[in-house]
Amino acid sequence: MALPEEVEALNKAFSGHGIDEKSLVSILGKWKPENRMAFRKGTPHLFIEDERQFEKWDDRRVRLLKHEFMRFKNAVVLWAMHPWERDARLAKEALKKGPHAYGLLVEIACTRTSEELLGARKAYHSLFDRSLEEDIVSLVDGVERKLLLALVSAYRYEGSKVKHETAKSEAQALSAAIKAAHEKPILEDEEVIRMLATRSKPHLQAVNKHYKELYGKNLDEDLAELRLKETVQCLCSAVAYFIQVLDAALRFDADKNTKKALTRVIVTRADTDMKQIMDEYQLLYGDSLTQKIEDTTNGNFKDFLLTLIARSG
Amino acid sequence: MATIVFPNEHSPVEDAESLHKSFEGWGTDEKSIITILGHRNTYQRQQIRKAYEELFQEDLVKRLEKEIHGEFERAVYRWILEPADRDAVLAHVVIKEGKNYHVIAEIATVLSPEELLAVRRAYLFRYKHSLEEDVAATTSGHLRQLLVGLVTSYRYVGEEINARLAQSEAEILHEAIKEKKGREEEAIRILTTRSKTQLLATFNRYREAHEASIYEKLEDETSDEFHKALYTTIRCLYDHIEYYEKVVHDAIKRTGADEDALTRVIVSRAEKDLRDIKELYYQRNSVHLEQAVAKKTSGDYKNFLLTLLGKED
Repeated sequence: MALPEEVEALNKAFSGHGIDEKSLVSILGKWKPENRMAFRKGTPHLFIEDERQFEKWDDRRVRLLKHEFMRFKNAVVLWAMHPWERDARLAKEALKKGPHAYGLLVEIACTRTSEELLGARKAYHSLFDRSLEEDIVSLVDGVERKLLLALVSAYRYEGSKVKHETAKSEAQALSAAIKAAHEKPILEDEEVIRMLATRSKPHLQAVNKHYKELYGKNLDEDLAELRLKETVQCLCSAVAYFIQVLDAALRFDADKNTKKALTRVIVTRADTDMKQIMDEYQLLYGDSLTQKIEDTTNGNFKDFLLTLIARSG
Repeated sequence: MATIVFPNEHSPVEDAESLHKSFEGWGTDEKSIITILGHRNTYQRQQIRKAYEELFQEDLVKRLEKEIHGEFERAVYRWILEPADRDAVLAHVVIKEGKNYHVIAEIATVLSPEELLAVRRAYLFRYKHSLEEDVAATTSGHLRQLLVGLVTSYRYVGEEINARLAQSEAEILHEAIKEKKGREEEAIRILTTRSKTQLLATFNRYREAHEASIYEKLEDETSDEFHKALYTTIRCLYDHIEYYEKVVHDAIKRTGADEDALTRVIVSRAEKDLRDIKELYYQRNSVHLEQAVAKKTSGDYKNFLLTLLGKED
């Protein structure tokens, strides 16, 4: 008979992010047929009793398992990729998935440096024989199109020089646009899009600061549209944004798409602001990110992620 | 083909010394400046700047600004800058003066995507703002949409054409330009995101369908900045040699010659395709461009332009 601890270990091996390959080898590998049958009978969330007296794998579960096995491979492939190809492929994927995935376009356009974003556009030409801008125009249907097109076309100034009088008046203009949103949807407001898509990040951070001083709330709190919130968060406080994404991805009930964000964020930020993300994660949640990953991921995938974040030690 | 005549071998140090000598004493030896700088290509001119700085601890450009004046000074100043820097300066002048926005459309469409990128970088370096930021802040409505779209474009470069798309987009352009059914935004998106090859295919379909070239009707409607910029965009995409010939022709025809336009075309194209523009000018006007320029301009300015046009002394 299979020991209960072994069954529990096996269940754990199959849950969370990634697969604990070693447990599968050491436990499952040595079980005799009667152990495996007992396992099947005792694990109804993986195996279904069929009317013809056998226990069959739950199809959906097998498909989900496939994703979990692939998590390590995907992480490795993404990590080895040139950052430009990475972002180009992520952008294409977001466009294919549709409106619920457009936040990824915002993330790429707003958290990368000007040169990195440019590189992504170049790689997009090579990979797909079209420009990213053209695809956004043809694939994005709704009100978000203007914003997304403008964001990916940006080549922002990256110095620290900021004109505070301009920042202040732009904060006021934003407030006016927000208040008038019921008459004129903000995503159609050319002024708002202009500011968000052309101003430098330090400038927008100053706008955010002035906005808070004048109106008592953060700019992203007052913006109702998700994409605008994300835009402002990514431009003004990328680290806080990534922490949110990681937190959602690490929950045990995260869905397939949300989970992918874990690989994406760690791979794309490991060489940039990972240390900051880890420090602020600790401050915010009291837990270390390392520990959280230790607890929720398995196997080679876990080891790979931990190695990546340890680089910023 | 270029018109500029320059030696294969030159000594930047000797040139720098000769230039320094031409500044000495009362007055300036303009002839020397023209003979040297007018016969050096971009690379050589930058070498001379470097040598001058090392030898005399002074910026050659700044010294020139003090020593020479008027149209001559403007032409030499533009000539001695690197092409990307020059275009950044030209764009900035347009923004500061708030007129002649078609010049920005000209720069953004004639240059290749990589050259346009270089201009954006040069602009960032010089003015600590992104080009799109400043264009957006000083324009509005359709003009802004067109110009921001143009300067932020990073077109796919390739031979791929989608014939069906060319057909449908030719119709959209038709509606926008001729019948004005409020399709300007769509037209702008097409003109600012499609590759040049695709756009030429679209223009061809247009001509087949409507028996007239797409820009023909537009010429009458150059009353406001937007339409002028739109006309310039399409004309430059179509055939920029024809466009430049017209600019030069108009510049010379005016009673007080439009030196600014004349300088711009001659200085910007001397190392590229000024010869083709000259040939077309001769075909159209039965008079050589050099003769027309000699008649309408004078002094050092005239001599400098003629040198760039290929006159050997």
